[in-house]
Amino acid sequence: MTEQKHILSILVDNQPGVLSRIAGLFSGRGYNIESLSVAETTDPLVSRITLVTKANAPVVEQIMKQLHKLINVIKVHELTGSSYVQREMALIKVQARPEHRAEILRIVDIFRCKVVDVGQGHYTLEVTGDEGKMDAILNLLKPIGIKEIAKTGIIALFREPK
Amino acid sequence: MKLTGAQILMKMLKEEGVDTIFGFPGGVVIDIYDELAKTDIRHILVRHEQGAVHAADGYARAGGKVGVCLVTSGPGATNTVTGIACAYMDSIPLVIFTGQVPTQLIGNDAFQEVDIVGITRPCTKHNYLVKRTEDLARIVKEAFIIAASGRPGPVLIDIPKDVSSTIITYKAPKKIELKSYKPTYSPNMKQLQRAVKLIKNAKKPIIFAGGGVVLSKGSKELTELAHKTRIPVTCSLMGLGVFPGTDPLWLGMIGMHGTYRANMCSGDCDLIIAVGVRFDDRVTGKTDTFAPNAKIVHIDIDPTSIRKNIPVAVPVVGDCKITLGLLNKLLDKEDLGDLKKKRKKWLDQIEKWKSTTPLAYKQKNIIKPQYVVEKLYELTKGSAIITTEVGQNQMWAAQYYHFNKPNHFITSGGLGVMGFGLPAAIGAQIACPKKLVVDIAGDGSIQMNIQEMATAEQYGLPVKIVILNNQYLGMVRQWQELFYGKRYSGTVMEHAPDFVKLAEAYGAVGLRATKPEEVEPVLIKGLSSHRTVIMDFAVEREECVYPMVPAGAPITEMLLA
Ligand SMILES: Cc1ncc(C[n+]2csc(CCOP(=O)(O)OP(=O)(O)O)c2C)c(N)n1
Ligand SMILES: [Mg+2]
Repeated sequence: MTEQKHILSILVDNQPGVLSRIAGLFSGRGYNIESLSVAETTDPLVSRITLVTKANAPVVEQIMKQLHKLINVIKVHELTGSSYVQREMALIKVQARPEHRAEILRIVDIFRCKVVDVGQGHYTLEVTGDEGKMDAILNLLKPIGIKEIAKTGIIALFREPK
Repeated sequence: MKLTGAQILMKMLKEEGVDTIFGFPGGVVIDIYDELAKTDIRHILVRHEQGAVHAADGYARAGGKVGVCLVTSGPGATNTVTGIACAYMDSIPLVIFTGQVPTQLIGNDAFQEVDIVGITRPCTKHNYLVKRTEDLARIVKEAFIIAASGRPGPVLIDIPKDVSSTIITYKAPKKIELKSYKPTYSPNMKQLQRAVKLIKNAKKPIIFAGGGVVLSKGSKELTELAHKTRIPVTCSLMGLGVFPGTDPLWLGMIGMHGTYRANMCSGDCDLIIAVGVRFDDRVTGKTDTFAPNAKIVHIDIDPTSIRKNIPVAVPVVGDCKITLGLLNKLLDKEDLGDLKKKRKKWLDQIEKWKSTTPLAYKQKNIIKPQYVVEKLYELTKGSAIITTEVGQNQMWAAQYYHFNKPNHFITSGGLGVMGFGLPAAIGAQIACPKKLVVDIAGDGSIQMNIQEMATAEQYGLPVKIVILNNQYLGMVRQWQELFYGKRYSGTVMEHAPDFVKLAEAYGAVGLRATKPEEVEPVLIKGLSSHRTVIMDFAVEREECVYPMVPAGAPITEMLLA
């Protein structure tokens, strides 16, 4: 059975220790976490965790059931098909030699990202988008020279009916 | 009303109907112990905190109530971990209170500080650190609900010293609502209809029952289902007793040391009605060869048990007792045909397996361990509560003592904890003071919690310990004999105390049998005593448990001798 990427949206009690219960579940049972992002929702008692995992179908079924079994987990959804929007954000520190600056700014323009910091030999870019866009911009910037990168991991929500 | 945390705790325990606590004191729980002494709750002072948890576990398994423990921080807390993990694996409802250093010291590596909530996170159903005295009452209520409902399990509550000593104005907690915790008790009727259809069409069905049936008190419904449909029944180790071991439809236990006929049935059957089981590897053997011809109906209250190890045709999430009751009702409306005729071929086949390859041993001039268990069964007429240690002793107990009622076989199934049997027997004896409680033990295991002899003596508990003394860590030795060229590395246990003298040193009775003809008299004498008794049986040293399925082999490929 092939392993596929699955995005899980998990609502949990906003309490200390809850994240460690979830991380512990994944490490203890040998499931993998590709990315994870957590923040409070509009209800301060509830947090949303967006978790990306790679697994085959029976394992994802088991992961969702195991998550549900945790007392502090309120809801678990899998975001599938095209019924959701997903975004990642990255801060990319790229080398900005004089001969490359115009090129970098062109890329910034095309990808509709922002230069958020300008240093002596570096620009720091802020990029948001889905995974495809992230991969594309990283591929273009790589030859110019990426010094550091910080990424958020995926966050995602269901689309409402149109 | 002004109350300290410790007083609130006592109030909550009384409200939950707690009558017994198994515990061991220490610095940070003195406030709690001080209040405990003012109540009529009985405190059983164990000799090691692991013993407290196993005793509470035995108390819960025998009596059906939540078992409660109280220990101190640091080493007191860490000593409970094996017991908690054991109860977690076997889904036993416990609430464990651990003391903790004062809140302002947490995180500072204070004296006897340990992050017990962190340590026990993966082996509790849920756990809590109480940060404010105001939260204590609600948390205790939640803990008892969580421990006993759904698939039961242990819940740990860590109480810092200042939380139990602080005085607050007590307000009774509001009705507890756990918004994210709602176990499914009633099954999906559509799935049950599908199960009925499969039952009607099956030619070679079996029922496979486990600990979930014990926990849901569904033994009656299960027996009714089997009789109504004339479907033979096997059990996992944890399920023994939910179906009468003397019933003609009884197949014996399934699994690594299951009976020949039960294991052969799993290979041949076309339908398995699995109830309250989790298809542990000790049951299935190699999973992709397990029950190759069978459709499986799997009834369990825990959705994670279903399709975890084995593909299932009809998943039914629900309480075993409720679900079996509904299934029986649906079946009553069906015409099942002439079951006598319909089942004849299948039951004849099973009878053939039974008569050609029964459980057997030959008693010659050295005591056979199986003989001791069989005699124990005869003399107690199957009415004793049997606890076990782990190893060969446990398997012989499962094979040769025929359980007719649930809650009478108390064994560490999932975790397989050596040292479980004696403290569990103590707990069972407290839950059922009128019952005969016998720990079937190995010479190795009994030494792991032997200190609890003092507990049994202190509280005048007449538990009986039957040691099947082979001077080996027998089960490991068996694997070495069969698969490691008889290289008995680390399994020879010729240095043991004289168990008769040891019993006497604790103030108990010690008896010994070294010849077959002494077995019965020693058992009669020991069992009829009103005191704690150790009976030491010098058994055939290199006896093996058969049948045996080598680890990872298909369940139908058994070594028979
Ligand atoms: C705490 C613990 N340590 C180790 C084991 C591994 N183990 C399983 S059975 C066994 C041998 C038990 O020896 P004994 O109690 O004498 O029982 P016998 O098999 O000889 O009847 C061992 C060491 C275990 N189950 N539990
Ligand atoms: Mg032994």
